[in-house]
Amino acid sequence: MYPEEFHYTKDHEWVKTEGDEATIGITDFAQSQLGDVVFVELPDVGEELKSHQTLGVVESVKAVSDIYSPISGEVSEVNEGLNDNPEILNQDPHTKGWIIKLKVKNPSELDKLMSASEYEKYLEGLKDEE
Amino acid sequence: MSYIALSEKDKKEMLKAIGASSPKKLFDCIPDDIKLKRDLKIPPARSEPEILEYFNECARKNRNHEYLSFQGAGAYQHFIPAAVDYLSSRGEFVSPYTPYQAEVSQGTLQLIFEFQTLICQLTGMDIANASLYDGASGAAEAVLMAMRINRKSKVLLPKTVHPHYRQVIQTYTRNLGMDVLEIGYDSAGRIDTAELEKNIDNDTSAVVCQSPNFFGVIEDLDKISAYAHENKALSIAVSAEASSFGLIKAPGEMGADIATGEAQSFGIPLSFGGPYLGFMACNNEFLRQFPGRISGETQDIDGNRGFVLTLSTREQHIRRERATSNICTNQALCALRATIFLELLGEKGLGEWARQNIQKANYAYDLFKGIRGVSAAFSGEVYNEFVIKTEKKWKEVENELMRKNIIPGVSLEKFYPELDNCGLVCVTEVSQKRGIDRFAEILTDILAT
Amino acid sequence: MIRERLIFEISDKGKKGFCFPKLDVPEKKSLNEKIPIRSSIKDFPQVSEVEVVRHFTRLSQTNYCIDKGIYPLGSCTMKYNPKINEKIAQIENFITAHPCSDPEISQGGLQVLKTLEDVLIEVTGMDAFTFQPAAGAQGELVGMMLIRACLEERGDPRKFVLIPDSAHGTNPSSAHICGYKVKEIKSNDSGTIDLDDLSKNMDKDAAAVMITNPNTLGIFENQIKQVSEIIHSKGGLVYMDGANMNALMGICRPGDMGVDVIHLNLHKTFSTPHGGGGPGAGPVGVGSILEPYLPLPRVLKKDGQYFIDENYPKSIGRIHSFYGNFLVAVKALAYILSLGPEGLREVSETAVLNSNYIRKSLEKEYHLKYKAPTLHECVFSDKHQKQYGISNIDIAKRLIDLGVHPPTMSFPLIVHGALMTEPTETESKADLDSFIEAMKQIAEEARENPDILKSAPHDSYVRRLDETTAARNPKLRWKP
Repeated sequence: MYPEEFHYTKDHEWVKTEGDEATIGITDFAQSQLGDVVFVELPDVGEELKSHQTLGVVESVKAVSDIYSPISGEVSEVNEGLNDNPEILNQDPHTKGWIIKLKVKNPSELDKLMSASEYEKYLEGLKDEE
Repeated sequence: MSYIALSEKDKKEMLKAIGASSPKKLFDCIPDDIKLKRDLKIPPARSEPEILEYFNECARKNRNHEYLSFQGAGAYQHFIPAAVDYLSSRGEFVSPYTPYQAEVSQGTLQLIFEFQTLICQLTGMDIANASLYDGASGAAEAVLMAMRINRKSKVLLPKTVHPHYRQVIQTYTRNLGMDVLEIGYDSAGRIDTAELEKNIDNDTSAVVCQSPNFFGVIEDLDKISAYAHENKALSIAVSAEASSFGLIKAPGEMGADIATGEAQSFGIPLSFGGPYLGFMACNNEFLRQFPGRISGETQDIDGNRGFVLTLSTREQHIRRERATSNICTNQALCALRATIFLELLGEKGLGEWARQNIQKANYAYDLFKGIRGVSAAFSGEVYNEFVIKTEKKWKEVENELMRKNIIPGVSLEKFYPELDNCGLVCVTEVSQKRGIDRFAEILTDILAT
Repeated sequence: MIRERLIFEISDKGKKGFCFPKLDVPEKKSLNEKIPIRSSIKDFPQVSEVEVVRHFTRLSQTNYCIDKGIYPLGSCTMKYNPKINEKIAQIENFITAHPCSDPEISQGGLQVLKTLEDVLIEVTGMDAFTFQPAAGAQGELVGMMLIRACLEERGDPRKFVLIPDSAHGTNPSSAHICGYKVKEIKSNDSGTIDLDDLSKNMDKDAAAVMITNPNTLGIFENQIKQVSEIIHSKGGLVYMDGANMNALMGICRPGDMGVDVIHLNLHKTFSTPHGGGGPGAGPVGVGSILEPYLPLPRVLKKDGQYFIDENYPKSIGRIHSFYGNFLVAVKALAYILSLGPEGLREVSETAVLNSNYIRKSLEKEYHLKYKAPTLHECVFSDKHQKQYGISNIDIAKRLIDLGVHPPTMSFPLIVHGALMTEPTETESKADLDSFIEAMKQIAEEARENPDILKSAPHDSYVRRLDETTAARNPKLRWKP
């Protein structure tokens, strides 16, 4: 269910790296919790982000959620498609619903993140808490 | 009087079901040292006839009705069609909650949608909200909105804006590191544009312009908006006398980015200052920073048109500390009154209404200007209020007029010490020629001596 | 079902709903020459009075309202609105009073404000009140401004406000507008504020705590005195959100709990009608340390006469155009004076009785996350129903079919799928039992026939509305 090649955060973001470029989005769990996405607030291209810094906001009909950058870097591209079709985030959170791309500043930060299996275990734990 | 609907038998059955021996036991969770050990020291209960007597006696001590009043200054006396009171006192409008459960609140949601549309039409802008508390808080919210939009912190606030609105803006912005600069007025009674030019720069977030302004003078909003935009600032158009929308060009057509103010003139009585009706409108580009509740059109699963509160993620109950405003309960029933009022008057009625206001006020203005000892304080064109200067102290003139059962207007000395012999006179469609003529006669006599 | 059109769709040229008397002064045609005149107002309605009356009469009939039935909305205190109070608020001399009139001819209006202040002082145990705030949220903002002004005078306004995770959204929002950042304080397993977490976060940078009591779970914060001590010991102030005052009248008083400032909701506790979204009023009461900062103007009484006083140099200033929502204050005062001391206590006792009756009747079918005793409201959740694929939304929509307004949903945030239920004291046992029966029926339907819940409501004027499209493609006004 959760792509093996991604890394995951406790706040339900994923990051995929290819060389020094990273693509970031939110997980399927996150989009299901939010409900129908109506708006995504995106950062500007060129913005410098630190790991854990808010990169944007996702709004559904009844909720608002900050999106935190899993790693540090400079924003190289944002998914403009989300402006007109925010529903892509619900339909395809792991591929077409990517949110930003950034130039990786510090590859070692990836080590602090979860693997796919670790993330799945984490989700199991959350379910039990309820 | 009591509004409890339980019989003794009911209470017994309910206590038994709960397993408590008396209602008092249900408060055992409250520590004893906090509990009140005596009765509240307030007057004993009154029956319905007694409470009515109390308030009738209290109300008799209000004596406005004994006078012919020419007071304005942000609260205006206008005709209110009978259907406004009649319809807005229906239990189905008075007693429901906020329309969060849209399926059972279509009446409220649709009327809000109509209200929003009417405000958009009157202001010439794309979107309006379901209401704010009053004109003063509307002006303050507009300033905060401008700050959110362009992240600048300087605001130019002319002295021609209602003094109470300015005070409220100061109160709201004090803790947010904003720099609110007051701009003076010129001999026409309008914003001193030379002073404006000197103080406006690229750090300016917004320029606030009230028109008709506090002196009743009509401002050149086009020009003020141009100044604002040249400096990448927003133009905030404030209105305190909503009847002027029936005559004067819409703020949206004069460069305003945000239009806000007081809509009390739309069918809401003077009410000793409240509840009134704040309104706000802006264009689509600022939607996400727009405060207040909004009713939006949509469809249900059968394809029928319906209305819902929408874009709620701007609001406090979802966005919490990053909300566009903390406003929750607003002035919905007053918005209903305004909606009924506007729909009854219609376009022709609105035009006739504004025409009568400007005509009657200028008739009075010209009449007073011709009285020895009276002069116009300003040269600018006025809508339904104007400032006159008297040779005798305004307070003296006022006292003598009150002895003849006329309240001549609002004294300006308190707000503008430099205008200590001046009064702000308001004439609406409610004023009759014979009343105005009588006012002029007595004023002539007072100043002749 | 006949669908009511928008007024713009009924409109046509030449119709009018109101006539003015003829202009009785000579017309000066040159007036319009020097001012910017508007063009015609595009598509503004033109309709007759009969059409307007029918339009709004029919629209009103699509609304649920208290005059129709129970409104068990937690945190809203939707109690019955006494009709005598409406009549009193329409007394001619109140309606026609101009706010700029000399106090000498406005003694009636000022008497209402001062008398209401006096009774609320006694009910809450505070020392002074302001009636300027037009709603609870504005009251909260004022309360935070008072705190800030006081701390500023002491030398440091501080940076944070401590707010429990169960708080209403207006709390952090108001703190933010006042220039404060928010630190969220955890609730413990009993549903009350976690004193350790509070202590940990209370330092010289924290200005205040914003507490609701009873809290939004309906649970009395029984450690409120310790909360006040923790805050005061480090030089902070205690703000109480008084939205839940309906549980406490004549029972205990915020002023006796160490609260420094409180706001009340006249449209909740004090029966003034909700109007579909206002007008309400959010008067703010303070202890003596905050009194100098209260907004202007103040109303005083001396030698039997009422005065306006603006001579308070430390005041935070003005927050309303005039005196606040005066007619709402009239209704609240009429309510308090009608009920008297026993009446107010009876209100709180009955509110708590009614809520506990509902709690006891439904606690088998519906999950209660917190088991502590509750007062005037309690918070169920959809946990038991979730296994059948049913959420609190489905339960709410089915209640509409059964003729009852749903409880407050999805709040407080610390209870997933919340159904916050507050019947108030004005419900009869029959109405309470209708609500209970409806909820029990829904619990059974969740087990036996969940589809009927998922497709609810079935017979309402509109059925489930597409809120997603409303937000994605906003249509916020009519266009031809």
